[in-house]
Formats: sequence, structure tokens, C-alpha cells
Amino acid sequence: MTELEKRILCELQKGLPLETRPYLAIAEAVGCKETDVLQFIEAKQTENIISRFGLIIMHRTLGYEHNAMVVWDIPDNLVDQIAGEMANYDCVNLCYRRPRVPPDWPYNLFCMIHAKSRGFVYETLKIIQSELQIDSYQYAVLFSEKAYKQRGAKYV
Amino acid sequence: MNPENIDQLDRLDRSIINAFQNGFPLTSRPYKKIAEQFAIPEQEVLERLNRLQNNKIISRIGAIITPNTIGVSTLCAMTVEQNELDNVAQIINDYDEVNHNYQRSHQFNLWFVVTAQNQAHLSKILDSITARTGYTIVNLPLETAYYLNLGFRI
Repeated sequence: MTELEKRILCELQKGLPLETRPYLAIAEAVGCKETDVLQFIEAKQTENIISRFGLIIMHRTLGYEHNAMVVWDIPDNLVDQIAGEMANYDCVNLCYRRPRVPPDWPYNLFCMIHAKSRGFVYETLKIIQSELQIDSYQYAVLFSEKAYKQRGAKYV
Repeated sequence: MNPENIDQLDRLDRSIINAFQNGFPLTSRPYKKIAEQFAIPEQEVLERLNRLQNNKIISRIGAIITPNTIGVSTLCAMTVEQNELDNVAQIINDYDEVNHNYQRSHQFNLWFVVTAQNQAHLSKILDSITARTGYTIVNLPLETAYYLNLGFRI
């Protein structure tokens, strides 16, 4: 990214201002033209660097208080396929592969389930395990018990 | 407004939230564009969004960055003594590079995400957290993202 792009992103990370010309406000803060800001966002969306641009909801406020990280140990040769299918479930909000760190951390597939109750998380889990035929793989459910910090990432 | 009062959002609030979690208008007056879609004044859109933000229904209007395209991030896990948890979590929260930090129900009971401009800076932060807390970090960087959340229907 150019220096200008970094400055625009830095302003954008604070959230779009709630005023009639929000992109102009960012442009003025950065010292560029309004169209530079608009073009930056559009270009980064096209390049899929910005995956989504819009209202960001607080999950907890929406009643999705039970945020569970479910992790599995899936054989390396199956993980891409299984993860791809898992990501299709509506209740699965994120699905990532990460390294195992033996012996304490044997899991390589991570997904997030946001739900209104712990019971729903377990029900969902049962369905996913049965439909994807992954009952035999070791897994763990890590419920969030306390959010110490939750905000957008600062990239610049 | 408390979390349980989400039910008090009216139909228009919900329509706006459902329609604009992605594809927010890229035009000089985006709130006017939204207003036109719902046939209400621009000022009312601004007031509603302001209220939703103050009530913490929405955190902001912003951009979600695809993982590992700009900067680098990693998920970190720690096993912290129960009586030191709040204290250690506070030390970790102090870092501007930490954007998520959760206590979870597991032997690894503290989970946080660190985001930085580059790998060198990220490593420096992890080393610093280890030094300041005295706890070992299990570093779990993203290898593949299979899914990107495009918003919630409410």
C-alpha cells in the first residue's frame, strides 16, 4: 500500500463518521480528495482485500452471547474438504485451519459458532459431526466466558 | 439499551441493519442513498445509526480486512493461573496490537488475537507479552480461511 492508502485505512479503521459527507471527512483528515477515499475502498473490495464494508454488529448485543470456538483434529488430507463443507452451515461464522502444536494442542481446524444458548451449540455440533461423518475425530468446545477486549483490528 | 432489548429495534432499524452490513454505498452522500431506499429523510438515517451505535447494537461502519492481506495476525493461547487471569488479561489488553482477548473454558483459558503491520513487529509483540506476563504463548497463525462472514440477519 502507498503512504496515502495507509493513511486512508488508518482513518477508516476508526469507523465511517456519521455526517452527511463521511468520505469527505476522511479525505480532509488524511489530506486527499473525497474521490481518493471512495476509489480506495472500491479498489480494495475488488481486490478482495476488504471482504466486507458496512455496519458491523456487536454479536453479544444481538443475543448471540454464547460464542463457542469448536476445534477438531482432522487428518491433513481431509481438512480442506471437510472445512469447505463446514463453512456452508449458517451457524458457522468462521472456519480456519491453524497449525497443531503437539502435545498440548492437537487441533488443526477451528470454527466459530455464535448462538443464543449453549444447548444450541451442542445440538449444532451433533448435526455437523453426524452429517460430515467426523464423529470419530478428537474435538473440543471452548466457550467464551469473558470478553476482555473485542474491537476491530488496527492494521496500520 | 441493554442487550436483551434488541427486540425493541423497530422494523426499519432491522431493515437498515440487514441491508447494509455489506455493500455500503460508495457515493458522496451514502446516508442520503440509504434514506432514499427507505423513503425517509437523510437526517433520520443518521439519527438511527447514531442511536444504534450509542446503544452498542452496531460497533461502527467499517471495513473487514481479508486475513493476511494487509498486515499479519495470529491467534494466541495461554494457560493462566485462575487467580492471575484478570491481571494477565489486563496486561495483554494494554497492547494496541491486541484486538480480541477472551477467557475460554479450557486448559488454555486465555485467547487473544494480535495484529501487526509485519511479521517482525508481530514477533516483537509476542516476545514482549511473554516477558511481561511470564506465560508461554502457543502461537496459532492462520493457514487457510475457508469462510468469511458477510453479516448477520436479525
